[in-house]
Amino acid sequence: MALNHIRKAVVVIALLALASPAFAQDKSIVVASTTSTQDSGLFGHILPLFKAKTGIDVKVVAQGTGQALDTGRRGDADVVFVHAKSQEEKFVTDGFGVQRFDVMYNDFVLIGPKSDPAKITGSKDINAGLKAINTTQSPFVSRGDKSGTHAAELALWKAAELNPATSKPTWYREIGQGMGAALNTAGSMNAYVLADRGTWISFKNKGDLGIAVEGDKKLFNQYGIMLVNPAKHPQVKKDLGQAFVDWVISAEGQNAIRSYKIDGQQLFFPNADQAAMKKAG
Amino acid sequence: MRAPFLDFASAIQLLINGDATLGAIVKLSLLVTLSATALAALIGMPLGALVALTRFKGRSAVIVILNGLMGLPPVVVGLLVFLTLSRSGPLGTLGLLFTPTAMVAAQAILITPIIAALSRQVIEDLWTEYEPEFAALHIGTRQRITALLWDSRFSLITILLAGFGRAAAEVGAVMIVGGNIDGFTRVMTTSIALETSKGNLPLALSLGMILIAIIMIVNALAWSVRQWAERHAG
Repeated sequence: MALNHIRKAVVVIALLALASPAFAQDKSIVVASTTSTQDSGLFGHILPLFKAKTGIDVKVVAQGTGQALDTGRRGDADVVFVHAKSQEEKFVTDGFGVQRFDVMYNDFVLIGPKSDPAKITGSKDINAGLKAINTTQSPFVSRGDKSGTHAAELALWKAAELNPATSKPTWYREIGQGMGAALNTAGSMNAYVLADRGTWISFKNKGDLGIAVEGDKKLFNQYGIMLVNPAKHPQVKKDLGQAFVDWVISAEGQNAIRSYKIDGQQLFFPNADQAAMKKAG
Repeated sequence: MRAPFLDFASAIQLLINGDATLGAIVKLSLLVTLSATALAALIGMPLGALVALTRFKGRSAVIVILNGLMGLPPVVVGLLVFLTLSRSGPLGTLGLLFTPTAMVAAQAILITPIIAALSRQVIEDLWTEYEPEFAALHIGTRQRITALLWDSRFSLITILLAGFGRAAAEVGAVMIVGGNIDGFTRVMTTSIALETSKGNLPLALSLGMILIAIIMIVNALAWSVRQWAERHAG
């Protein structure tokens, strides 16, 4: 009877779909990383080079730093590549990561509307800039998502002896989303927002936004990489994951990072420890 | 300079060039959603028929729950599937998180209640019509379900399309359980979310137009099949 055929077809379709090559596992690792490295296009530049050399597919799950570390903690990634040094060190101390390596840095920039209600554009003093935003009660968009950039923003407010994240004035708007979404939001409400330079340079919807404050030493943004500890999570692909970590901090990986440019601007500056690089071979 | 409202030029260029990445994304979207719809139909339709045809204590509660689950928030389904499939979760050893299989599971869970609830309604309405005949012929429950499913097949196609549409359109669940991995778990909706976050609004909108077009095409195909079948049905 016809219904039987339909039923069989449905089963076959379901089985075929589940068994098709797209679902097959191969030589691959999962890297939990940040939206800044993904959205800026860095991975699109360096991963094909790594794959060409080793044949290893790197699957990047782009999340905020806090969420990426949590993904590693749960054992859902083999490698974590993020930017919040103190959280990373805690991750390793707690036994979830094997060893942390510096990879590269760029810097944060304070982005603001052209109308510049806090009158801070062109300044190099982030402390004074944040104080002026507070005094003039100019709109400020916060990531509010426990990402590396969010952590950096909170540390900068603290250094300026202000605490809008707790007092929650109306001009301070936590959106709980990624860097791109925060920039889109800031653009549409003429607000200030802290961004990493890589995402800012590659961001396509700048509109009336521009850099307000840059060049302060406090705006330094360090990225680190670590293998998730196989002792905690036995299914971690130790050898493939370590191969990626080693490559990223090797001279070859560091050159690949250095050569990534948008409109002639270098986005990330490699600074892996030379001794660690040699040790890693 | 303001960007144009739509970046159709780029999107259409991608299509014309047979852009491998876009092609793979469209293919994966269809594969995941069609598999999920098939799986949900396999579970949802017999379930709907069973509830329609049997009388038991607490049946009203089951119907209310089934209808209510049609409004399952995708992001909650995603979170539940994520917690289940995570290495630290009960099914962690399967290693299915961040794979297309996880996405199929999430979408299937999302739309099974839709298919079950709507099938129940359709079949129950038809049953009211058929019941005297069934009773007179002493037909068993199993055969009743088969006969009713077959006779309401045209309505059931529409129900499948409702499920397909819901699954194809959702982004919350597949983002969480798939991880939006380039070339592996990136589908149309997560690409659109990604391009939006990169500030590539015209491209995001154009991808959205392509997604809507694909859904339209699937519906048109289903409509043609239905027309053809109705003409050839006894």
